[in-house]
Amino acid sequence: MNPKDLATKAQVTWCPGCGNFSIMSAMRAVLADLAGKGFPMGNVVLVSGIGCHAKIVDYMNANSFYSIHGRTIPVASAIKIANPDLSVICFSGDGDSLAEGLDHLIFAAKRNIDITMILHDNRVYGLTTGQFTPTSPQGFRGKSTPEGAVEHPINPLDLMLASGATYIARGYTHGIEQLQKLFRDAILHKGFSFVDVLQVCVSYNNQYESYNKWTYTVEGNDASSFDEAQKIIRSWNYDRSDVPIPLGKFYQADKERFDQSFEQYRPGPAERDSKIKDLFDNLI
Amino acid sequence: MVPIRMDGSTPVIKMDDFSTLIGGIAGDGINEAGLTAARLFSRLGYHIYMYYDYPSLIRGGHNFSLVRASREKIASHTDGIDVLIALNQETLEKHSNRLKNSSFVIYDADRVKIDDRKHRGCGLAITSTLLEAKAPAVMKNTCILGGYCKVVGIDWQVLEDVLRKHLPKMLDLNLQVARKGYDQATEFCHLGSVAADRSRTGKDGEEKERKPHEKPHPIITGNQAIALGLIKAGLGAYVAYPMTPSSSILDFMARHAQDFGLKVIHPESEIAVILMAQGFAYAGVKAAVATSGGGLCLMTEGLSLAGMAEMPVVVVNAQRAGPSTGLPTYTAQGDLHFVLNAGQGEFPRFIVAPGDAEEAYCWSVMAMNLAWQFQLPAFILTDKTLSESQYSFDFDIADRLCGELKNDTLKAPLLWDGQGEYRRYRYTETGVSPLAFPPLPGQVIKTDSYVHDELGITTEDPLITKKSALKRQRKGRTMSEYLEGYETVKVLGDLKSRTALLCWGSNKGVCLEAARKFGLRVIFMLVLSPFPEKKLKDALQGVERVIAVECNSTGQLARLAGSCGIKIKIEDQILKYDGRPFSVEDLLGELGRIEA
Repeated sequence: MNPKDLATKAQVTWCPGCGNFSIMSAMRAVLADLAGKGFPMGNVVLVSGIGCHAKIVDYMNANSFYSIHGRTIPVASAIKIANPDLSVICFSGDGDSLAEGLDHLIFAAKRNIDITMILHDNRVYGLTTGQFTPTSPQGFRGKSTPEGAVEHPINPLDLMLASGATYIARGYTHGIEQLQKLFRDAILHKGFSFVDVLQVCVSYNNQYESYNKWTYTVEGNDASSFDEAQKIIRSWNYDRSDVPIPLGKFYQADKERFDQSFEQYRPGPAERDSKIKDLFDNLI
Repeated sequence: MVPIRMDGSTPVIKMDDFSTLIGGIAGDGINEAGLTAARLFSRLGYHIYMYYDYPSLIRGGHNFSLVRASREKIASHTDGIDVLIALNQETLEKHSNRLKNSSFVIYDADRVKIDDRKHRGCGLAITSTLLEAKAPAVMKNTCILGGYCKVVGIDWQVLEDVLRKHLPKMLDLNLQVARKGYDQATEFCHLGSVAADRSRTGKDGEEKERKPHEKPHPIITGNQAIALGLIKAGLGAYVAYPMTPSSSILDFMARHAQDFGLKVIHPESEIAVILMAQGFAYAGVKAAVATSGGGLCLMTEGLSLAGMAEMPVVVVNAQRAGPSTGLPTYTAQGDLHFVLNAGQGEFPRFIVAPGDAEEAYCWSVMAMNLAWQFQLPAFILTDKTLSESQYSFDFDIADRLCGELKNDTLKAPLLWDGQGEYRRYRYTETGVSPLAFPPLPGQVIKTDSYVHDELGITTEDPLITKKSALKRQRKGRTMSEYLEGYETVKVLGDLKSRTALLCWGSNKGVCLEAARKFGLRVIFMLVLSPFPEKKLKDALQGVERVIAVECNSTGQLARLAGSCGIKIKIEDQILKYDGRPFSVEDLLGELGRIEA
């Protein structure tokens, strides 16, 4: 399959230079490649929230559920539980999943449910034209914080590690080859995969210069070590812009999954009706 | 302890309609004790209704079960009682006003003191009996119910049968303490025999043998009936966050998940609940959720999504007294307009408010069918009274009703025929687009919360925006037309009466009973959305006075009827909003007051 086959006729309305283009092109390339390797596109379901990131599902010729703000996880979780053969990928934003829908994100990690979360982390609300988000640094001057944000940011990877996610990585929209590798790994990983993508918003939070200077790819790290992962993850806390920012896969573990706990057995109508009758009899 | 001797006069107990109140503290197992009493009567061929009253706490406080047994089908309780079973002093003090001259008190003589000038009673040495038998405190129920059986003349064998079936844990000990209670209540306590009352005097004064039931009816709560109805409808997934009085559905589903292959999930919030249900629906799995008002508040954005994305989902809203936390364990009908309007924007929805266990069962099947037939949210609107009260479930009635609703054959939703390109939101005459579920090789299935085109791709085009609104409206109209073939409004009671009681939900039973006494017509609104305006107007033919009976403070159904030009005077709205359901006496009193 050619990645171009994964385009729709919908007009792409992201700003020129938006980091979302890289995420989409990396994802198309990965899915097109996997489709040729016994991983049919019909079995892929994309779920998005609301925000600039979410438009991606309109632009991808794939099964999709364009959900509401912050609510990708519960929709995606149920789709996976309903049909374990489906491969479910969430696209979400930092406002979407770290503010409005944070509880769902933590629970997805806690359950280690076998879905993938791609976090378009631009550290600003773009579609509502420039407010601070949970990953904006302290002092961020947005429309809702004209004097600078008082709060310190959340480190989503630290949170995911603590909550039980079993695949944790960070990419950057200027490193499309790395994004492809991380996306592929995350999709193929059995368990809850979380990929934080430093996605540059050219209109409201253009971090190209800073990211280009400070990001580096970790190499030779032991991704099976919780402590080592935590150390790498905590080496940058989203607050400062004068320290190195690690990219790459930080953590991967094999753990029991929530979606495996459901039996796929279903009684037929006759058996079901007879069991209902038994239940009524028990209530006599 | 010797039971107190009665005064020797022949007791007169109306055995056609017999009420027993069992009271004690939370943790005493009062609900289960009431249910055991109900099962005894059920085995003797009676119809049962049991109201369970409990405060929102786990240990202590005052709980009581009001078990009413009748030769007629009933769905309401009476204030007056024939037997009071008091496990503590508080029960006697709180409920002695319910006692009639003929009533009788059975009590734990080790704990309760009664004034035998005021009350006729039978004291049993419950606490010391348990101590002797080394039985746990919770068995005081079994012990006192043993005495109760002797007093009301229920054969030991009936009690033993109930205990064997429903208390298999520590059965021998239970039987032992029950027998001790039974034996302590001597002949002196004997009130008469409910079991012997198998005959009835015919019109000609001749004694006629009552036909005993071939098989007793099951005794079931409204919530159990809903759960079983949903399962019958092919439920595949049940998602809920606990909230009284809906939680027993979650417990029931979880307990029976394996039997029926149900995917039962208790997630982080009601927001997750309603979104998960739609994930299931997207993948082709029939899902239902349940909550009470506060949880439904959290679900509203998800409901609106279901409206826009056209996702089938069944939502049970078990009402309790609000606003806000309100009275968690007490009843109300305060959410009608909330459920009618929950969620931003305009989209069709189905709402049914069953009035008893059979309706709860059959209409739950129907709600699931309609949700999938028309791809929209379908509500089952219940309240604490219906959800947690116990009812005799009459299969003859249920089979007939399910037959009328054509629930025997589950309707398959409209599925895509596989021709051409799949369009999730294809425009059709009915407004209903064919469904397909992933994986669908070579096609894509796109669902969208934005305004979308037929393919499910976001658009801001004014023409498509309008078309998509019209599509949803058309779907609502198709459902309305479809429902014309069903009895969505029931006309009951005296059909010739020019005065009608207008009611919905759990008030059906009490209205029917009061209407019998006053010779009134009853108009029972089963379906509240799409509002069956024409059927209501037909039901009102020949009616000069409409009296609304509701458990809310503003007359919500009356307001809804008013929007169809059916004006109900304020003084003709009998409203109860103290968290307690109408008793028969309550409603009779109110009807007398307004000279119905």
